[in-house]
Amino acid sequence: MGATVITITSGKGGVGKTTATANLSAALAMKGKRVVAIDADIGLRNLDVVMGLENRIVYDLVNVVEGACRMRQALIKDKRIENLYMIPAAQSRDKSAIRPQDMIDVCDQLRPEFDFILIDSPAGIEQGFRNAIAPADRICIITTPEVSAVRDADRVVGLIEAEGKGPASLILNRLRPQMVHRGDMLDTADVLDVLAIELLGIVPEDEDIIVSTNRGIPVVMENKSRAGQAFCNIAARLLGEDVPLMDLEEKPSSSWLSKIAGLVRRG
Amino acid sequence: MISSRTEIANQPHVSIKGTSDGLIIHLGAGDWNSLITTLANKLDRTPTFFRGGRVALNVGPRQLSAPQLEMIGNLLSKFQISLWAVLSDSLETQQVAAEMGLETSLALSRTERLLAEKQNDPERLVAGGEQAMLLRRILRSGQSICHAGHVVVIGDVNPGAEIVAGGDIVVWGRLRGSVHAGSNGNDQAIVCALVLAPMLLRIAGYVARSPGREDSEAYEQSVVPEIAFVHNGQIVAEPWRAMESLYPDWRADLLRRAANTLSTWF
Repeated sequence: MGATVITITSGKGGVGKTTATANLSAALAMKGKRVVAIDADIGLRNLDVVMGLENRIVYDLVNVVEGACRMRQALIKDKRIENLYMIPAAQSRDKSAIRPQDMIDVCDQLRPEFDFILIDSPAGIEQGFRNAIAPADRICIITTPEVSAVRDADRVVGLIEAEGKGPASLILNRLRPQMVHRGDMLDTADVLDVLAIELLGIVPEDEDIIVSTNRGIPVVMENKSRAGQAFCNIAARLLGEDVPLMDLEEKPSSSWLSKIAGLVRRG
Repeated sequence: MISSRTEIANQPHVSIKGTSDGLIIHLGAGDWNSLITTLANKLDRTPTFFRGGRVALNVGPRQLSAPQLEMIGNLLSKFQISLWAVLSDSLETQQVAAEMGLETSLALSRTERLLAEKQNDPERLVAGGEQAMLLRRILRSGQSICHAGHVVVIGDVNPGAEIVAGGDIVVWGRLRGSVHAGSNGNDQAIVCALVLAPMLLRIAGYVARSPGREDSEAYEQSVVPEIAFVHNGQIVAEPWRAMESLYPDWRADLLRRAANTLSTWF
């Protein structure tokens, strides 16, 4: 039984594809799965930075595709987590350096050795995106609760359906419960209302992500941040576990009034 | 079809041609008054041939003013010919023609043009030829449907999606994309949806824009199915009132039929 290939894509840039790829890869590896994360963003590589493996790169994806090195030489092993590997993108080339068939071939080579292959897609809907989704068994769309990101996600869902790769599932990233509460941000229902695809999980906005990205340590490795918890839950759902959605609401103030209100609501 | 500029330049200044879209009068370059005279002479030569017919006017890149267009219209009506469309590369001319209630494209020209464009498009979702096209899916941002007949969607039409139909557009769902019904110039076409909140709604040559995001959100709260149609030269949207919109006399008719049925019983 070979690996499941999961591509993480979004259409819009900056919504958290790379962060999600790094954290889901780490979370799946921590659950004992053999995982390889592939950076398909040729020319703008940064999965290696987020995963803290930047200084270990010798060969990259384009080298593998062009036969300049063996697959094993390009696989970087994460020393912190057993079973976690990554293949970086080339920084000096661009998206036209590889074709969709190359990605399929690379994944087919890796399939027997791993349980999961996660592909970090570049933003956009051009060749880089087509490369990234070509080998996918499953596609996760990541979006933030913004009209523009949701619009792009909708476009991507349509393209994936047209490729016969659907249905995609959704990760809603950077949700700010208090803003939703004030009515200043789209809520989960608004997003699902437009996209109408399965919700894989909701990741709250969390400053720890910025800290961890800069340090090159995925948040899931330090099991205390809320975003890290959310990514762990999503990884569990990818494994088929039934994990309820996190309660994102801040703890209610414990004034006597709200307690009574709570009692009334419960009754 | 619409001739290109080069063709027009090679033709005599005034020509009348029969095409699959009916008669088309081409007015080429040159002095306006002499063109009119030439046209009048041509019509005068075979006055009975054109009588009772309708023609389209192709003026190429020429800018026509409303009085000039009226002049042509009067001249043609003298020969009992009605002018129904004005074709022009000039937006000003198109606007003047549209304001006078004339079509600015030949039947199906926009639809056909889009159909032709879509032929080589990998995301093409078009099947031509049928009277109506039924889609049971969500139309997502960037997807476009182009069909010469009616289009019926069971599902939402999301923002960024587009439907162009020669006939009516019916959406059993939320219509939040852009639609153009009656794209062949049929201003009797309608658009109806369970939630009618399009970004852009066009019927024949008429255009209506959504009132804006804030309004449309409040609007979706108290939603009723609506039907949009052209009334007195503009697009209006009305709550769907079952029979009245399409069949004003339905009550009287129903009573009459009930009475007839009863009379056969007794």
